[in-house]
Amino acid sequence: MQNRIDQLFAKKPNGVLNIYCTAGFPELNDTLPVMKALQEAGADIIELGMPFSDPLADGPVIQDSSAQALKNGMSIPVLFSQLEGFRKEIQVPVILMGYLNPVMAYGIEAFCIKCSELGIDGVILPDLPMAEYESEYKALFEQHNLHFIFLVTPETSEARIRKIDSLSRGFVYAVSSSSTTGKDKEMGDQKAYFERLKGLQLKNPVLVGFGIKDKKTFDAAAANANGAIIGTAFIRALSGSQDINKTVKDFVGSII
Amino acid sequence: MDIAINTGNSKYHVDKNGYYGRFGGAYIPEMLYPNVEELQTKYFQILSDPSFQQEFDALLRNYVGRPSPLYLARRLSEKYNANIYLKREDLNHTGAHKINNTIGQILLAKRLGKNRIIAETGAGQHGVATATVCALMNMECVVYMGSIDIERQAPNVARMKMLGATVVPATSGSQTLKDATNEAIRDWINNPVDTHYILGTASGPHPYPDMVARFQSVISEEIRKQLKEQTGSELPDYLVACIGGGSNAAGTYFHYLDEPSVKIIAVEAGGKGVHSGFSAATTQLGKLGIIHGAKTLLMQTDDGQIVEPHSISAGLDYPGIGPMHAHLYESGRGQFLSATDEEALEAAYELSKLEGIIPAMESAHALAKLKDLPLKKDDTVVLCLSGRGDKDLNTYIRHMSK
Repeated sequence: MQNRIDQLFAKKPNGVLNIYCTAGFPELNDTLPVMKALQEAGADIIELGMPFSDPLADGPVIQDSSAQALKNGMSIPVLFSQLEGFRKEIQVPVILMGYLNPVMAYGIEAFCIKCSELGIDGVILPDLPMAEYESEYKALFEQHNLHFIFLVTPETSEARIRKIDSLSRGFVYAVSSSSTTGKDKEMGDQKAYFERLKGLQLKNPVLVGFGIKDKKTFDAAAANANGAIIGTAFIRALSGSQDINKTVKDFVGSII
Repeated sequence: MDIAINTGNSKYHVDKNGYYGRFGGAYIPEMLYPNVEELQTKYFQILSDPSFQQEFDALLRNYVGRPSPLYLARRLSEKYNANIYLKREDLNHTGAHKINNTIGQILLAKRLGKNRIIAETGAGQHGVATATVCALMNMECVVYMGSIDIERQAPNVARMKMLGATVVPATSGSQTLKDATNEAIRDWINNPVDTHYILGTASGPHPYPDMVARFQSVISEEIRKQLKEQTGSELPDYLVACIGGGSNAAGTYFHYLDEPSVKIIAVEAGGKGVHSGFSAATTQLGKLGIIHGAKTLLMQTDDGQIVEPHSISAGLDYPGIGPMHAHLYESGRGQFLSATDEEALEAAYELSKLEGIIPAMESAHALAKLKDLPLKKDDTVVLCLSGRGDKDLNTYIRHMSK
């Protein structure tokens, strides 16, 4: 079967909304209800965070949600048991985002096999080096129809962006500034970077992440790329939520 | 100083890809790649530059007070029936070996054109050594320190502030050294252009383990010279050092790794006992994992979450171990022992009373294992006394009143 991420971009090349949520947050068993609500509200891609004790690339809001999820009892095996059969209800592409250590502890091959069985479409592991991916794991991920998604930043050289583009499947995740998640930086500063990315005519679609929090920033990012990723702002909304369905509907509704 | 010695043929030093056996590498998010790549491509070249070495050498001599003495501890030697030499890193400026590395890295940061320095610290020794060199070089200095450590190491926090550094509490996770390191890395992600990260131990992404080991290698370079002068041979039978991340140990072993007759002894923090659930003995309790950008042995849960270790010594309270040491352990080149909190306290008292030297809690772990080595009358032991005990007086006083 063709990967759902590719199907999505074939159908909707622009304005793609990818929303990040932490698995097992706010409550352990909220993973699926949040995913269903996101699909219903119109999110195009769901990026599901696998919580880690030491999330280096994340700012305080996502760190806190990870810590809470771990406290709730979340782990990769628990997440996989929650996701058992989820494809009966959820059709949008689902990406797992996390850090290498818990995936190594699970076993990278076993992880890929399980993802493929469940119907996961892509994986983001920001601390797995590109060279090691290429020499050790590329064949494995591709064999299981899992798109491995890499990050690029304003500091990434053109040669490296081209290399990343050649190894990436699904899309390239453009970090809008060199920063941990949830940092506010002016979109204006990033304009030259987006234009540079556009000019490179990459083979993969580009989604802009980090620093997108509302309609204005989403539209600005989407104008420069194929869409954008929202994480921190959504986790912040979920944190105080009394009614997940309503929170998700209101949040996504305010963006699209 | 021979910090740029070619180690290309050694199986115990870093290989050209940044690994020690299966340990090491640079497992970092893309946001850090340009900074780490810049270090990877430039550090060796900078360290090899004669003008860099001259400046490093002069500061170590005139500012730090090197060479540090190699002292034959007579009463300790009598007690353990061998010739025990102490490498007196405790006599360095700021009271520990940490300053060897911060001097080297601040000179490197200047050559990279950086004007802002960040660092992590546990007990505060590395933080103080970093704040010191930043004052010396007139650079902005931000030190991350776990909130819990800030409370228990108040004198070092005051020293850093007096030296002009900003001390930022790390409030995430367990609020100790590993979280302070996370915060320092996040700061670096957010300030990639003007900032250099002075990592304090022989861990982290390549090239940090090798770079820090090279700056600390002045320790073993001096030992070889001093031991030759004092005994006629450069080679001891045993080298003993304590290990948290492993910077003093890396410096102590560096120029001896390829001398098979020299037995390498590493002492980890056993805490309340290796299997008590309150320990920092990483080689005994850890398995292969990733921490702070290095693939190494790591204390973690079955699900791959990093575990908070325990040690009475804040400087050894780290759930990982430098990749060089993980390789020394796995290859059998090094013998790894552990000392409990209690054993370390006793050893600290013993050294104080026998030799008139109050050691740091960390160094006391190394001393505590002298009793377990199969020493013979003519054996020569060199033990790295990595720091002085002033910072640990509160702990020692509490113990005294028991």
